Amino acid sequence: MSSQTLSHAAETIDSGDDAPLTDAQAAAAGRQARPLRFITCGSVDDGKSTLIGRLLWDTKAVKEDQAATLRRDSTGKQNELGLPDFALLLDGLQAEREQGITIDVAYRYFATDRRSFIVADTPGHVQYTRNMATGASTADLAVLLVDARAGILEQTRRHATIAALMGIRQFVLAVNKIDLAQYDEARFRAISRDFKEIALSLGVRQVTAIPVSALKGENIVLRGDEAMPWYDGPTLVEVLEKATQRTGQTTGFRLPVQRVSRPGEGFRGYQGTVAGGSIKPGDSVVVLPSGVEANVKAIVTYDLVRNAAVNGDAITLVLDRPVDVARGDMIAAIDQRPQTGRAFNARLVALSPDGVVPGKRYWLKAGARRQRVMVRPTSALDLSTGKWDDATFLPVNGIGVVELDFEDTAIFDSYETNRETGAFILIDPETLNTVAGGMIEGKRTKSGRFDALPDSDRASITLPARLLEAFLKTEFARAHAGEIRVTAPEEAGGE
Amino acid sequence: MNVIEHGRGKPPLDPHLKALENEAIHIFREVAAEFERPVMLYSIGKDSSVLLHLALKAFHPGKLPFPLVHIDTGWKFPEMIAFRDQVVAKHGLDLISHTNPDGLRDNVTPFSHGSARYTDIMKTQALKQALDMGRYDAAFGGARRDEEASRAKERIYSFRTPDHAWDPRNQRPELWSLYNGMIHPGESVRAFPLSNWTEVDIWRYIQAEQIELVPLYFAKRRKIVERDGMLIWAEDKRLELLPGEQVREEMVRFRTLGCFPLTGAVRSEATDLDEVIAELEIATVSERQGRAIDRDQSGSMEKKKREGYF
Repeated sequence: MSSQTLSHAAETIDSGDDAPLTDAQAAAAGRQARPLRFITCGSVDDGKSTLIGRLLWDTKAVKEDQAATLRRDSTGKQNELGLPDFALLLDGLQAEREQGITIDVAYRYFATDRRSFIVADTPGHVQYTRNMATGASTADLAVLLVDARAGILEQTRRHATIAALMGIRQFVLAVNKIDLAQYDEARFRAISRDFKEIALSLGVRQVTAIPVSALKGENIVLRGDEAMPWYDGPTLVEVLEKATQRTGQTTGFRLPVQRVSRPGEGFRGYQGTVAGGSIKPGDSVVVLPSGVEANVKAIVTYDLVRNAAVNGDAITLVLDRPVDVARGDMIAAIDQRPQTGRAFNARLVALSPDGVVPGKRYWLKAGARRQRVMVRPTSALDLSTGKWDDATFLPVNGIGVVELDFEDTAIFDSYETNRETGAFILIDPETLNTVAGGMIEGKRTKSGRFDALPDSDRASITLPARLLEAFLKTEFARAHAGEIRVTAPEEAGGE
Repeated sequence: MNVIEHGRGKPPLDPHLKALENEAIHIFREVAAEFERPVMLYSIGKDSSVLLHLALKAFHPGKLPFPLVHIDTGWKFPEMIAFRDQVVAKHGLDLISHTNPDGLRDNVTPFSHGSARYTDIMKTQALKQALDMGRYDAAFGGARRDEEASRAKERIYSFRTPDHAWDPRNQRPELWSLYNGMIHPGESVRAFPLSNWTEVDIWRYIQAEQIELVPLYFAKRRKIVERDGMLIWAEDKRLELLPGEQVREEMVRFRTLGCFPLTGAVRSEATDLDEVIAELEIATVSERQGRAIDRDQSGSMEKKKREGYF
């Protein structure tokens, strides 16, 4: 969508999904942009808490009384610079302070003159994959942290894989503790090279590597020129200020209906948050799943009657004719409809200790729509190798591909094309806990394949049947599932 | 396409505030649609004022589909109560004011029982009573994650047991903007539409939306007494002076509002919104510094939240 809006400068900033903002754009943006959401990944030893603490400290997000509490609590734990133990600032729960580990996702807020930021601070241990997936689900960018002395670890690859899987397309590699590696440029270059290869294999092209010392505050908010004259790239904060917001929306207008407003006779409005595209009075829409068509009469908000609404706006839509619309329905652009059907394929992150059980009837919630679904895992990702293996069950923290079978019509876009209408959660019908987060790959057709894009928009690849199965299990095939169409040659010999 | 807003004499919100507003409205609508008996906790302060404003926006042109509950400890500033009644009348709200009858009977005061026990009886227990009486299954609150360390870990839908307890180690994961509103009978959810707002955002939004506030937020010459390093409002006869204490008149305002004996004022010359925001941007202490109850003990807020406090 190329929209130039007066009141939504963020849209202008969003439009270049791949290119970082120029200096001038970033400066002009100021608070003219939505907060940038990012996630930090790394283990305790990599200095993640110190890094976030440093960001908060140097942007003056820590107030004096909080600092005083921090100093009091960190008696004896001060580092050699006389600064308090930043981890104490971040680990808010008593159990965390007692055990010295981060258990849960925490959200931090800080701002520079140019932009405001929301950091999802997640634990780094393997068993907390689910927390990382949670933090990554709303993030525009991931900061991956490595220890300059240790270089890329298996864990770095895991974190990068999860971040990419959750749809993050901008990575920053913070090569931390560079001071303890004698500010060695060659070491930094080697680590950066290794990481860029990993990122590329995951389909992430926008990668910035920065040598930093979180402890000393070098190249985080302030430059580290004195120690690293060889580094002329941006500081971490500079990269964050210029990062783009991933709208991930390439679909037409979508309005998942949250509620129907009928304050009195004569008014009937459909309330929801625009989850793709834009809308204006006069536009033709279709109500799904019923398929009834109508035109938009008005867009009502508290302040005014608007002449248009864009992605992200919470609105009340009035149609030009009486139609039957209920919570859970979707109002969509008439010429760019989402997929509807009873069978879809999706990727899933298992969040509950019970894992995801084949054949169990779960509740699935997507947008405002909640319906019953049967889930059948078909393969699982081995995070240490990056390979997809056959699987029928997903244990906790497992990432897999599943087949979804609904009892009534489901409405989705692929996650790749729309992060709002392509995402869902699974709810256990007995415990009522959230047990999985899922991302739609596409509708499943009779042949067992799925369609994210119409065939005409996809690249065609023909492979012999024996290679086809193996190819479909590769990360590349998964990452580009919606863009390519893989077929076996007709009349191909033998199974 | 140009989005033109014909506002009520206000310029459009900047995209930062607009995004926060959109998120809050989405949460309001989702809770109202998914729960049978929602309620909004209204504390009269600035965050509650923003919360109420957002609720009015979310359900426009309809009325609020839920009542408001105010926990009145009997120790609020009189200006707060007057303001509350004015707001209720202006918007035609359904407001339920509740005071813990046991605490009233036992004459529980911040002075007789200490801030920790007083807060438990007159706020936490009172809140639980009000929620139980209304059989509410969802309660909106104005808490923000930037307020305090344990709040930073709070979900937007914060699940509570039938005893209203919060188990921080066993929270439901919350992905995207998909909230799990399914609960068993007796369980409930506290919903926090302002989770991602910071104090500065609140003030900027109040300014942009021209939201009315209790005048206590603006500096004025007020009678105060200094106690335990806090400036306590001293215009209520129930405040007994301790030996050596002296009532003075100073230009002060309040950054947060609660029970007057537990709420510290700050010396300030900021008499209007612009000046308050200017002061805030160079502020070096957090707003909760003026709250005695946060300082009772280490991990104080987390403990209170586990017990059912907001």
